[in-house]
Amino acid sequence: MEIFVQQLINGLTLGSIYGLIAIGYTMVFGIIGMVNFAHGDVFMLSAFIALIFFLILTTWLGMTSIVLALLIVLVIAMVLTSLWGWAIERIAYRPLRGSFRLAPLISAIGVSIFLSNFVQVAQGARNKPTPPMMREVIVLFQGESGYNVALSYKQIVIMASTAVLLAIFWYLVQKTSLGRAQRACEQDRKMAALLGIDVDRTISLTFVIGAALAAVAGTMYLLYYGVVSFNDGFVPGVKAFTAAVLGGIGSLPGAVLGGLIIGLIETFWSAYFSIEYKDVAAFSILAIVLIFMPSGILGRPEVEKV
Amino acid sequence: MSTAGIPLSVDAGVQPGPARKPLLSVRGVKTFYGNIIALKGVDLDVHEGEIVTLIGANGAGKSTLMMTIFGDPRAREGTITFAGRDITRMPTHQIAQLSIAQSPEGRRIFGRMSVFENLQMGASINKMAHFNEDLERVCTLFPRLKERLQQRGGTLSGGEQQMLAIARALMSRPKLLLLDEPSLGLAPLIVKQIFTIIKELNEKDGMTVFLVEQNAYHALRLAHRGYVMVTGNITMSGSGKELLENPQVRAAYLEGGHH
Repeated sequence: MEIFVQQLINGLTLGSIYGLIAIGYTMVFGIIGMVNFAHGDVFMLSAFIALIFFLILTTWLGMTSIVLALLIVLVIAMVLTSLWGWAIERIAYRPLRGSFRLAPLISAIGVSIFLSNFVQVAQGARNKPTPPMMREVIVLFQGESGYNVALSYKQIVIMASTAVLLAIFWYLVQKTSLGRAQRACEQDRKMAALLGIDVDRTISLTFVIGAALAAVAGTMYLLYYGVVSFNDGFVPGVKAFTAAVLGGIGSLPGAVLGGLIIGLIETFWSAYFSIEYKDVAAFSILAIVLIFMPSGILGRPEVEKV
Repeated sequence: MSTAGIPLSVDAGVQPGPARKPLLSVRGVKTFYGNIIALKGVDLDVHEGEIVTLIGANGAGKSTLMMTIFGDPRAREGTITFAGRDITRMPTHQIAQLSIAQSPEGRRIFGRMSVFENLQMGASINKMAHFNEDLERVCTLFPRLKERLQQRGGTLSGGEQQMLAIARALMSRPKLLLLDEPSLGLAPLIVKQIFTIIKELNEKDGMTVFLVEQNAYHALRLAHRGYVMVTGNITMSGSGKELLENPQVRAAYLEGGHH
C-alpha cells in the first residue's frame, strides 16, 4: 500500500513531464500532419538553457531564493526555447511545405541530430549536474514497515506548474481568437486562409507554443533529476511521442492523459517488476492499445459529413 | 423579342457595360494544375452593386476561377484587380482582408467547431468589431442556425451547412461576396430561400455578389449579368434575361425543364 501510493506520486510527476512534451508533438501533428522528431531535442535544449541560467542566477549573481530563481529561469527558458522552435520551423520545415510528405520528416531528423550534436560540442558530452536544491519533503504517512510515503517539494512544484500551465494553455486554445485560428488551421487550412487567417503565422505560433511547453518540461526535468546530458532528448522524446499516440494524436487532453499513463506504467513496472524492462512495458501497452483502439484513447475517428 | 437581335459578345473581351470602374476585374487569367490548363484566359468584370453569375457544366473551371481570385491556385498569367488594387500575387489571407468573402465549393465548414465558432471565424478580418450585431443579422436571415448555435458544424445537415457557409461569409461584411454553387444538393424549397436571401442582400444592403451556379435557370433569373464558361473559356456573356432567352444557352443548360 505504501509503495503503491509512493509510486503513484512518482508516476504522476514523471507523467506530467511527458504530458507537457507530448502536447508539442500532438499540436504540430494536428496542424501540419508531421511528426516533429526534433521536439525531444528541443526539450533537452531547454533543460540546458534552464541549467545555464540557473547557475548564472545562483552562483554569479548570488541569488538566494531558489523559488524566485526557478521562476525567472522558467520564463527565460520558455522565451529562448520558443525562439528556437520558431527558427527551426522557419529554417527547416516551412521551405519544405508542399513538398512530398517525407521531406519535412527527414528534415526533422536532421534538426534532431543537429541539436544534440550542437549541445554536445557547446556544452561537452558529460552529464551536467545542478547544485542540489529543494530537498525538502513532506511525509504523508508512515507504513507499518517503517516505510515513509513522501511527497517532495519538487514533485509539488512539478505537478502544480503543469496543472496551472495546462489550464492557461487550454484557455488560450479554446477561448481566444488566436486559439480559434489555430484550431481552424488544424481542420482546414485553405478555408482558414479564405477567412483572412495568416496560416503561416498560425503554424509558427503552434511551434512556439509547443516549444514553450517543452521548456516547462525541460526545466521541471532538470529540477527533478538534477542532471542533464546532450542525449537526454531522445528517450523522453520518444516516450512523449508514444504518449501522444496513445492518447490519440491530435488531441490535447489525450496527450496529457497519454503522458500520465506512460509515466505511471513506467514507475509501477519499475517498482513491482524490473526496472530494466520499464521501457518495454510502456511500449507494449502502446502496441496493445493501438491494436484495439487504432486512433488512441481520446483520438477521434474521422467521421465528417460531406 | 427575337433572339437573333440580342447583342451577345462571343469570347467576350471588356464589357461595354456602365462607365464606372469594376469592383472586380479579371483579365486574361490562365490557371494550371500542374501542366493541365484549367482556365485558358478568362476576362470578366463585376461592378459594384451587381449580381453577376457564372454558369457552366461540371468541370468547366468555375470553381477554379473562384479560387484563383483568392490566389489559390495562383493565376500563371493575366491580372486580377479588386477595388483598383492588383491582387494577382497577393497572399490568400490578405486578399480576404480586403473584404472579399467566399462561400466555397463543398462548403468547408469547420466540422469540429460549433456553429457559433464558425461564425466567429467568419468575423476574423474585422477583429469581431460588430460581432453581436452581425450575429443577430445572420440569425434573422437563417433562423435554423440560431437554434443550432452550440451544435458542432459537422453534425448539421447539408442544407444547414450551406446556410452556415453563407452566413460565415456574411460575418465579415464583405464588399464582394463569392458564392460557389449555393444550391448544390439542396431541396428545391431551400434553394428558393437561399436565392431570395441573395436577392435581399443585394437590394437592401447593396452587396455585390458573384455567383457560380450549375442551376442556370435560377441563377440567370436572379443575376443582372451572366457569363457562360465552357472548358476554361468564357464563351458568352450578357444580361441575365438575354442569356436566359438565348437558344444556345437554353439547349446546353436549360433543356429538360428548369428545376
